[in-house]
Amino acid sequence: MENLPLEGALTVTFVRSLLAHAKIAGIDATAAEALPNVQVLTAADMDLGPYGPPPFPGVNPGMGRPLLAVDRVRFVGDIIAIVISDDRATGVDAAELVSVDYDPLPAVVSPHESAKDEVLLFPEVGTNVAARAGSPEHDEELFGECEVVVSGTVVSQRMAPCPLEPRSAAAEVGPDGRVTAWLSTQTPHQDRMVLAGTLGLDPAQVRVIGPDVGGGFGAKMLNVEEVLVVWLARRLGRPVRWTETRSESMVALPHGRAARLEFTLGGSRDGKVLAYRLEILQDCGGYAVLGAFLPNLTGLMASGVYAIPRIEVEGRSVLTNTTPISAFRGAGRPEASQVIERAIDTFAAELGMDPAEVRRRNFIPKDAFPYTTASHANYDSGDYEGALELALRSVGYEELRDEQRQLREQAATTQLGIGISCYVEITNGIDETEFGEVEITPDGGAIVRTGSFSHGQGHETTFAMIAAERLGLPLEKVTVHKGDTDEIAKGTGTYGSKSTQIGGAAAGLAADDVLELAKQLVADYLEASPADIVLDPAAGRLHVAGDPSIGISWADLASRASADERLAELKAEREFKAGPTFPFGAHIAVVEVDTETGRVELRRLVAVDDAGTLINPLIAEGQVHGGIATGVAQALYENFVYDEDGNPLTGTFVGYAFPSSADLPSWEAVEMETPTPLNPLGAKGIGESGTIGATPAVHNAVVDALTPFGVRNVDLPANGENVWRALQEAKE
Amino acid sequence: MTQIVLTVNGSRCEADVEPRQLLAYFLRDQLGLKGTNVGCDTTSCGACTVLVDGESVKSCTVFAVQADGCEVTTVEGLAQGEELHPVQQAFHEQHALQCGYCTPGFVLATISLLKENPNPSEVEIRDGLEGNLCRCTGYHNIVKAVQAAARAGAGA
Repeated sequence: MENLPLEGALTVTFVRSLLAHAKIAGIDATAAEALPNVQVLTAADMDLGPYGPPPFPGVNPGMGRPLLAVDRVRFVGDIIAIVISDDRATGVDAAELVSVDYDPLPAVVSPHESAKDEVLLFPEVGTNVAARAGSPEHDEELFGECEVVVSGTVVSQRMAPCPLEPRSAAAEVGPDGRVTAWLSTQTPHQDRMVLAGTLGLDPAQVRVIGPDVGGGFGAKMLNVEEVLVVWLARRLGRPVRWTETRSESMVALPHGRAARLEFTLGGSRDGKVLAYRLEILQDCGGYAVLGAFLPNLTGLMASGVYAIPRIEVEGRSVLTNTTPISAFRGAGRPEASQVIERAIDTFAAELGMDPAEVRRRNFIPKDAFPYTTASHANYDSGDYEGALELALRSVGYEELRDEQRQLREQAATTQLGIGISCYVEITNGIDETEFGEVEITPDGGAIVRTGSFSHGQGHETTFAMIAAERLGLPLEKVTVHKGDTDEIAKGTGTYGSKSTQIGGAAAGLAADDVLELAKQLVADYLEASPADIVLDPAAGRLHVAGDPSIGISWADLASRASADERLAELKAEREFKAGPTFPFGAHIAVVEVDTETGRVELRRLVAVDDAGTLINPLIAEGQVHGGIATGVAQALYENFVYDEDGNPLTGTFVGYAFPSSADLPSWEAVEMETPTPLNPLGAKGIGESGTIGATPAVHNAVVDALTPFGVRNVDLPANGENVWRALQEAKE
Repeated sequence: MTQIVLTVNGSRCEADVEPRQLLAYFLRDQLGLKGTNVGCDTTSCGACTVLVDGESVKSCTVFAVQADGCEVTTVEGLAQGEELHPVQQAFHEQHALQCGYCTPGFVLATISLLKENPNPSEVEIRDGLEGNLCRCTGYHNIVKAVQAAARAGAGA
């Protein structure tokens, strides 16, 4: 957006709350408005209703976020006022001159405290509980048949998504009264509908363009800032532009995770898991947005890769005076994997059994699919034991255990830890539909239009490959268009790792249709029957079956069809809808832990990730690499923390432990492909798998290294400080 | 306003700048060189890395006036016509970028690294690029790209 010319655009700067919880007694903008061409707007200037939470079932509708804070602020970063200026520097100067008179309120930062309902964020609602998941009912007999019962807690700590490109938005009203919004987004078409709904406009009056976007990771869904920018363009009658600073992004872009997960798991002495109870306390931050819904996803995936006969899940989502929680790479599923994998390791440790062996005894078998878990997920396909065995072989498990044994015998200062994580996750979790269109261009190439969106995932290449293969065109002759709601009829965007399996499938089906249409046209030209026309994919030629000499190339066909004004016949659109798929895999981490200082070094991470059929293995592996890095970042480094008054302590890249290349090793990704029957490509999602698999593998590895010291758990992130603390506690 | 004279991507450039103008915004807003991305405000992420007199510098932490008399190279100054710089070519071939926002900074930091150390080990690459952050790639393919660029003689 900063790269758009947008003549005469005004700059938007938000005045954000410096307090976590306060009433706003007054706002004085006199000094700010004394600067040249500066205008300040507050909630009193707004003519829009509150921007409620997304319509997720079960989330309290009375806890939505207003576009601008009305009377009360609920987290550091809440928007109090808007500064309009000619340029960025003046805007920043003016924002500092807006004087806000706060009446501080006690802040509640811990979800545990919040659940007591002593400090209320919405007194009129009467509780801080925004949503519930699962069932609060206990079966007293749940663990009745179990010989061994273990319990523990995993706190999946709060993370900042940190796309390298901070958010940006620009908007302009055209001479026809239509508004165009350029958004750093993942979901242009959905944004258009929400913008129209929020601004009281016909969707036809709104055009959203998603240009090249610098990463999203789930966080770049439509938020209040984008709505305000579009509202301002209409109100001011001038183009406007907003780009957040990193420090602003760290408190204003929704965070992820922030769930306390308490497990109880029981089974027999021979390692068979019989029952599992999971309690989730989700921190949803200052307002109930997507974060409030996450325990539903965590609960759905509670069973992991294991056949557990009985499962109970109880989830609560509570408000705190912190940045709202939303989706972040995995969104609810990493939490499920983090807790079940720690629970299985805890169970194995209690039994004195190898964690790989306990897993083998509990996997859902390869021949049991489709399989419905006791936590109500319907898994499509999988081979969990196959993934684990492949990972064990790849890492050299037995040799590593030997090395570990030697180090333990030597009582070496630096100990080795080996951690296993077997995961399954859900992609296209809510049975979505995606749009795809293919048309032949006058030069005999093709354009693919997709309702999906790419902000670094490489759909431009993957979707082009899907169409090119079906049409027998060279890849460079296929161009993928996305992200402009005027050009692309409909779409849902990209999140939840669903793009290829529905968007790619739709593009593939549209390409199949175009091929059939081309056969008809060729049949017309050659005076043959369409049924007798075949494609020679290598040559890019359609010819009469059995006689390749009678045929026509795509270039000649397009040229002739253009001349005959029949090119429009070579165009097809498709929508593809399917149920969720369940990618899976096994990760094994090898860590070295200095038992005197607590320092942890990740030596290796072997990742077997099975996302069904891979269209472009290079791109898929790139997704895995990035995903693993984020998973490891949670296991070892990142943690967004507040002080007890709700002041962020990690609000810049200096304080927040975003790992660099020096903090991470190279990854050992191992491919495995178990196609899904749920789409014609056989593809499942891969964008979040690495993240979901990696965190528990590294977490288990760190605990494994410390087992001889009596350590049974280490808090996340398992960094030097938390390891050292765990060692000290074990000594006491 | 202060007048500065500098060379940017081989072209001499005279400009009047505010003393508080940062080099990154001078390049972006006054010269229109939008390849220099700003990813943070604490000199942490390296997205804004450019070369000043051949050395990698985070342009968000240098005032434009400090570049007076210097030779500045941005990502726009690397390709020779259609031909990518060997480091750019290596990033392309090794799939060392996804969203691409950090890429100009990584490419310029790599050029500077390979100039100092034409054949770095993996550890030297990882330590040498510590000042640049990437959220997409997990650094794996970036390291491979630097190794490939070194093999192609980019640092020679």
